[in-house]
Amino acid sequence: MQNKYPLWKNLLLILVVLISIIYAVPNLFHDDPAVQISSKNEETIDTTLIDIIKSSLKNLHLEYTSIDQEKNNIIIRFNNTDLQLQAKDTLNETLGDKYIVALNTVSRTPKWLQALGAHPMRLGLDLRGGVHFLLAVDINSIIKTHINNDMHAMSDTLRNANIRYTGANIERQTDIVMHFRDSENADKANIELNNKFHDYQLTQTKVNNDFIIRATTNEEELTKVNSYVIEQIMGTLRNRVNALGVSEALVQQQGRDRISVDLPGMQDTTRAKDIIGKVATLRFQLLDINHDVEGALAGDIPIGSKLYYTTEGRPALLKEQIILHGDSITYASAAVSPDGRPAVQVRLSGRDKINQFNKVTSENIGKPMAVVYIETKSEPKTINGQVTTVHHKHEKIISIATIQSALGSEFEITGLESAKYAQNLALLLRSGALSAPISFIEELTIGPSLGANNIHIGLMSILFGFSFVVIFMAVYYRVFGLLANIALFLNLVFIVSIFSLLNVTMTLPSIAAMVLTVGLAVDANVLIYERIREELRNGISPQASIYIGYDRAFVTIVDSNVTTLLVALVLFALGSGVVKGFAVTLIVGLLTSMFTATVITRALVNWIYGGKNVKKLSIGIKLSR
Amino acid sequence: MEFFKINTKIDFMRQRKWAAIFSITLFIFSVSSIIIRGLNLGLDFTGGTQMQFSYEQSVNFQQVRDELDKSGFNGAIVQAYGTSKDVMIKLKPQEQISSKELAKQVSDALHGSKLQKTEFIGPEVGKTLVINGLLAIVISLLATMAYIAIRFEYRFALSAAIALLHDPILILGVFSFFQIEFNLITLAALLTMLGYSLNDTIVVYDRVRENFRKIRKGTAVEILNLSVNQTLSRTIMTSGLTLSVVVALFIFGGEMLNGFSLALMIGIIIGTYSSIYVAGSLAIMMGLNRQHLLPSEKKLIDNAVL
Repeated sequence: MQNKYPLWKNLLLILVVLISIIYAVPNLFHDDPAVQISSKNEETIDTTLIDIIKSSLKNLHLEYTSIDQEKNNIIIRFNNTDLQLQAKDTLNETLGDKYIVALNTVSRTPKWLQALGAHPMRLGLDLRGGVHFLLAVDINSIIKTHINNDMHAMSDTLRNANIRYTGANIERQTDIVMHFRDSENADKANIELNNKFHDYQLTQTKVNNDFIIRATTNEEELTKVNSYVIEQIMGTLRNRVNALGVSEALVQQQGRDRISVDLPGMQDTTRAKDIIGKVATLRFQLLDINHDVEGALAGDIPIGSKLYYTTEGRPALLKEQIILHGDSITYASAAVSPDGRPAVQVRLSGRDKINQFNKVTSENIGKPMAVVYIETKSEPKTINGQVTTVHHKHEKIISIATIQSALGSEFEITGLESAKYAQNLALLLRSGALSAPISFIEELTIGPSLGANNIHIGLMSILFGFSFVVIFMAVYYRVFGLLANIALFLNLVFIVSIFSLLNVTMTLPSIAAMVLTVGLAVDANVLIYERIREELRNGISPQASIYIGYDRAFVTIVDSNVTTLLVALVLFALGSGVVKGFAVTLIVGLLTSMFTATVITRALVNWIYGGKNVKKLSIGIKLSR
Repeated sequence: MEFFKINTKIDFMRQRKWAAIFSITLFIFSVSSIIIRGLNLGLDFTGGTQMQFSYEQSVNFQQVRDELDKSGFNGAIVQAYGTSKDVMIKLKPQEQISSKELAKQVSDALHGSKLQKTEFIGPEVGKTLVINGLLAIVISLLATMAYIAIRFEYRFALSAAIALLHDPILILGVFSFFQIEFNLITLAALLTMLGYSLNDTIVVYDRVRENFRKIRKGTAVEILNLSVNQTLSRTIMTSGLTLSVVVALFIFGGEMLNGFSLALMIGIIIGTYSSIYVAGSLAIMMGLNRQHLLPSEKKLIDNAVL
């Protein structure tokens, strides 16, 4: 019995340990509270700006530790959060609308470590303070509207094609059923609908004298609607959260129809809710081609028109009459027009609105039309020392196109510059169209001092729990105990490095799970060592005892960990928030502890005892021979 | 150092009648407490608003209650939270008022206090959590039972499952009797205990299986006694160590983890007891014998190598 690992195995283990130490180390460095300044549009970030910042901070005697210019932003570090908050308010006032002034935390991790992609763990709100929201999106009402709109769109299509139908209704919530008097009309309708409504499955049946076409949205399609509504809302939320000046905000989907928003460092829930709760809308307007833009820019804006800007910042004069509202859009998707250029297909609903739209567009063939995207944003403003929220509408033109023909329930915006642009436009059209009802179902505010306290108590529990186990193991199992302790320590390093690498959020329950894994990890070593002792007592040679101890205990270790792992997986699947964090840590901890307790300690034992003629093992027992 | 010098020879199985009486008494006691007193469910499950305030000096609870009553918050529950300077105030779900507004009103009512944390949970969230929680318990039980049934033998699986039910019910009994708040994270602890207490049971069963194959004579009772004794030092050692870690969590982990670590503490103690007495005894009561654990041909060869 040699008890030696081959060289490659030892080297591999050393490599694994080194890598995890590198990725765990950034957590030892503190974070500096910082203010991050980035430009909103194309405002340049240069030394003059830095000078302005420096002087305005100096005026108020706000001391900073450093001020650095990075690619697109400036980072100013402070010694404490009080200074950081004051500086943010001051800079917000001085720099005005052109720059985004955001709170941030910057790690003191050395540059060379950062270059390797090593960064500290993300801390949960319970450890750093902040605001958490859980939003429920009313998906069912959206799907209902979606189906309802499509039913009207189908009716319109048939009417326009002069196909006579006797009725239309919705069954089982997601099926559109159209009724016809004869098979001829039903057949024609089938072809017509098949051409235009690709997202539906059509089945033609006959009940008594009623000819029926049933249009079913498949489950897949509904899931698609669901996911794009959620994605679109999450995208909008991210934009708005950025406007709040929280740079490390986390917007995540929770389950089918819920979105969680975590705003670290934020304390003002009212303001946060104000901004998050807003909705975006869309309008179609005609361009005012009778007056020129230059005149309008000079201040001579004709009555009934208004000056708008495109996303690129080009001015355009639009007539104030709104020819179509975004809520009439039921569907928009990127496509390729017959001439091979990117396009966006749009589908509308609502007979009166379509008629109106059709009328206006038919009168303006050959003239340009603009799509205006309106988003209400709320921003904090300091007025006379009082922080108040100012709402202002952001209106921008996202597309200008020439009307080629009278537009009806379905039309295409063609001649777009790129496929990517078409996709973005389709997304914006949809997001302006579907204003999903959102409700706040959970809210949590944690003060920053409470967060700091939670970190403290978390560390204390790890320290004391760990110390006791380490001392006990060393006393009880001597050299073997020390080896187990090294493994226990490495286990913590592994957990931390995995969390840092995978960007898992560390919360107080995760710390609890980490403490618990110390207990579970030590169990594996106790199992092995007790077995080795037993074999030694039975008169087996030291080398053979080590071999048998590890070998026999391994099955038991796996068996007993699998059950805990099963429970942890169930918790992960069904839990939310804190429970999920706990479960993730438990899963990671169980896997790493199995690795450290068996493989790492074995490598260490082999290194000390392997390949030699050993008479005695230092495992804490005296053998009477 | 050794706690268990030579192989201990405690006749655990002889005491199994007493253990059974003890377990059944506690079980009935727990179930009736859960039925009569119910559980003190946390905000996670009930919905509502919860606020944590800290004061400069020690809190006079009566004064806090009076101040709240005066401002019209009659149903408020005021609890100490960790230190003597912190209070936790719970309000039932309120309509027509935002939690921010509510927090401000309560804050205004309480003089000299500083708001540390507000938490609002809508009633629908609580409902989902209760359903998911129950689902988690059922699935965890089934999954672990299925695993044991595959790895061992159905008598073991069934006994382990009963021992498994026994543990969380007793924990819930303690939480119910002392009206300790039961929240989501405590539920997570309870489920973790399902996995953990199986740990000990599996170690014992593993040894029983091994001994049945190794020792040709001896009754099931003898083999079980031997196995429990052989694994006793390990069982006590790891339970003790895990317990010490959890005690550290209980002492230093703060109020948020109090219920969690308490559930684990009770769980470890009961789990150790149940894996020694309940799981083993039950397997015997179900008529476990050597025949049930005879290895398949392939496994015999595996073992012969060792």
